[in-house]
Amino acid sequence: MEPLLEILTDNARTSNETIAQMLGQPVEAVAARIRQLEDEKIILGYKALVDAEKAEAERVRAVIEVKITPERDGGFNRIANRIARYDEVHSCHLMSGSYDLLVVVDGKDLKDVAQFVSGKLSTIQGVLSTATHFMLKSYKEQGTVIGVDETPERLKVSP
Amino acid sequence: MKTNPVPRNPVAEHVQRIPRSGIRDFFEIVQSMTDVVSLGIGEPDFVTPWHIREAAIYSLEQGRTGYTSNLGAPKLRKAIARYVATHFGVSYDPANEVIVTVGVSEAIDIAIRAILNPGDEVLYHEPCYVSYNPSIVLAHGKPVRISTSAENGFALKAADVRRAITPRTRALMLNFPTNPTGAVLPRSDQEEIAEVCIEHDLVVLTDEIYSELTYEGQHETIASLPGMRERTIFLHGFSKAFAMTGWRIGYACAPAGLTEAMMRIHQYSMLCASIMSQEAALEALEHGREPMLAMREQYLRRRNFLTHQFHEMGLSCAVPKGAFYLFPSIAPTGLTSREFALRLLEEEKVAVVPGDAFGPGGEGFVRCSYATGMDQIETAAARIRAFVGRLRVPATV
Repeated sequence: MEPLLEILTDNARTSNETIAQMLGQPVEAVAARIRQLEDEKIILGYKALVDAEKAEAERVRAVIEVKITPERDGGFNRIANRIARYDEVHSCHLMSGSYDLLVVVDGKDLKDVAQFVSGKLSTIQGVLSTATHFMLKSYKEQGTVIGVDETPERLKVSP
Repeated sequence: MKTNPVPRNPVAEHVQRIPRSGIRDFFEIVQSMTDVVSLGIGEPDFVTPWHIREAAIYSLEQGRTGYTSNLGAPKLRKAIARYVATHFGVSYDPANEVIVTVGVSEAIDIAIRAILNPGDEVLYHEPCYVSYNPSIVLAHGKPVRISTSAENGFALKAADVRRAITPRTRALMLNFPTNPTGAVLPRSDQEEIAEVCIEHDLVVLTDEIYSELTYEGQHETIASLPGMRERTIFLHGFSKAFAMTGWRIGYACAPAGLTEAMMRIHQYSMLCASIMSQEAALEALEHGREPMLAMREQYLRRRNFLTHQFHEMGLSCAVPKGAFYLFPSIAPTGLTSREFALRLLEEEKVAVVPGDAFGPGGEGFVRCSYATGMDQIETAAARIRAFVGRLRVPATV
């Protein structure tokens, strides 16, 4: 991955000026490159990584294994895209192994998710079966360990 | 009634002669303050990579809690020999040319003690790490300082080495990349210095602790030059490259006779390095390269940022080619290193280390460590800028 993207994936709030100085490039070049990456949809967006439990977000998240029938034209894509477009769906991936799609669904409570699965997901033509697993607790999210403070006390000056 | 005589000073004379570390005084002032953003820390801000910590935990679970061989666990010595051969191009026999020590600090100590007779002179370049001079004094040797200058990028020049040699000169100590200047020693200078060392039959102690943190070009050790392996003690450790300062684990590689001499001291003073640290070190050598390179990349970006910041402030500062320190000149402010550091601490709550802590040649400079998080570095840079702005330094950029 290019260094600019590494810096932004590590901390999307790093300013263009700082990035420019870190990479030894003119700030205008950095700004232009970021715009280009955004235009090309290489950078898809910038979102805060939130500890939902601490934020007391009323939310349940489920991971759903979905088996679907591939179609003659386009294989899994049409159905996968159809599923992915629901607001309830947080992420959707085609998988190797015993099922086809891994769908992560957010809802405000258990019932909400259950309704989505039975009322919408499983009724889509081509969906053969679903297996829903509710997430109980998160220990690491997008590379960040949750609930463990890894900044131990350091000496303030050392040789 | 007999009066008690005044007790004589119980402290040995050569220990009395050792000055307190300049860092120590400063440390105590900083430690008493709160909300300090510190660029004064000479250790990685990264916690030891998890796979290394996990390996140590596993070894404890396996009950590996005993002594090891005095020289260190054979599997670790083999891994060290492999690592040094691969990355430094020098071959050592793990059976009798590698010794595992309690940090490179112990390796420096036993190396000096192994080679010095009382009164022998040891040359070292300065500004330098705080322990070299006292380690020589503690071994009853005579430290002889060779000043390096900003004009030469703080590299050591063979002509200066030659000038400092007397009939009592026994050894030359090198540390490139250098703490506190971030200097490296170009191969051409190494070759000229090697020639002088061979001509005058000097032992070279090369402290390679920052060698992995070299940002431009491939690091090369003087030990790999023709005729140098047999007169060089290669000193290295895990603290900086693998973020393992608290594990206290390092090593020395040297021809069998020298290794045996170091082992004699080590076996009676230390017995062996801690076994859990040795287990962790083995994991670092076998699987630690990728995380290490990732950390180096982070240091490089922080270095670029901080160097740019100092240039904008009008404080000249060579771009350090290694280690994780910036050594800007604060001469344009008209303050001494110590005044600068103290006022910066009081007025802006930023800790940097006054350059004179690393020897008189460091006066006029301060050491800023960029082994700290990017957000901290940005905050520190903004505060230093405000401080320097008030001192009305004429801008040079």
